[in-house]
Amino acid sequence: MTAVILNGESLELPAPATVDAAVRAAGAPDDGRGVAVAVDGEVVPRGAWTTTEVREGQQVEVLRAVQGGS
Amino acid sequence: MFEIAGRALESRLILGTGGFRSMDALAAAAAQSGAELATVAMRRVDPSAPGSIVDVLGEAGIDVLPNTAGCFTTREAVTTAKLSREALGTDWVKLEVIGDDRTLLPDPAELLRAAEELVADGFTVLPYTNDDPILARRLEDTGCSAVMPLGSPIGSGMGINNLYNLRLIVEAARVPVILDAGIGTASDAALAMEEGCDAVLLASAISRAADPAAMARAMRKAVEAGHEAREAGRIPRRTYAQPSSPEEGVAELA
Repeated sequence: MTAVILNGESLELPAPATVDAAVRAAGAPDDGRGVAVAVDGEVVPRGAWTTTEVREGQQVEVLRAVQGGS
Repeated sequence: MFEIAGRALESRLILGTGGFRSMDALAAAAAQSGAELATVAMRRVDPSAPGSIVDVLGEAGIDVLPNTAGCFTTREAVTTAKLSREALGTDWVKLEVIGDDRTLLPDPAELLRAAEELVADGFTVLPYTNDDPILARRLEDTGCSAVMPLGSPIGSGMGINNLYNLRLIVEAARVPVILDAGIGTASDAALAMEEGCDAVLLASAISRAADPAAMARAMRKAVEAGHEAREAGRIPRRTYAQPSSPEEGVAELA
């Protein structure tokens, strides 16, 4: 298991923990539409989600658009 | 019609989507506003949150303009913009870099730096800025596609606090000037347009009104009326009256 911080919460993901697995664990829609991910503050493009591994202790932010503005 | 970064827009009202009680209330107000662009924020995925703002706006034929609300530093704002580009497939961003929680006023130093970085990275940058003519000029020189001075602090409803500065910004700008934040009611929006702004961006004035859809319709009319009045050319202000009936041929009836 790999312990990561997913959207501010500690979580263990089965190794190898990919960004794609983290996106699913965050509860994002299955197709990942409208979602973007940063690992330790660096954006991981959608095309690299299944091949990018999240290492122990890394911070994963899974974001989507919500209502907002002025 | 006006253009931002080569894109033609019919509506001079840009809608912020914050503060609506429900997606239905937002959809109803969006339809009445006539807006073609609406801001959204980037936040953590919440599986329990109902509906998708992107779907609601898409069904209304309104394009999303992601913002960087909640960012206090250049780094946060630049990363948030990159995330919105990745999530939403647009390189347009309403750049907000806030300096203070209480006033939500922009941090000019961080804002300028973030604008430079995002322009260099190919973004179409629309910065929410202070009503400072020099900062507006610096943002324009950086390559921003519009400048968006505040009328007064976000959500305050105080209207336009410094008309003099706004006039200086409008007079000097070679990119669209969009009054962003502080609008309380229709006359504030009309005034911004009468002073020569190209558009108005507002949310709270609509979303927190007692009847958001009705206020959205009022704002649409106010923006149109203010713009038409500007184009029509107002009469000068005078200290004394100027008679509008002929001064000759008045009967002597004393």
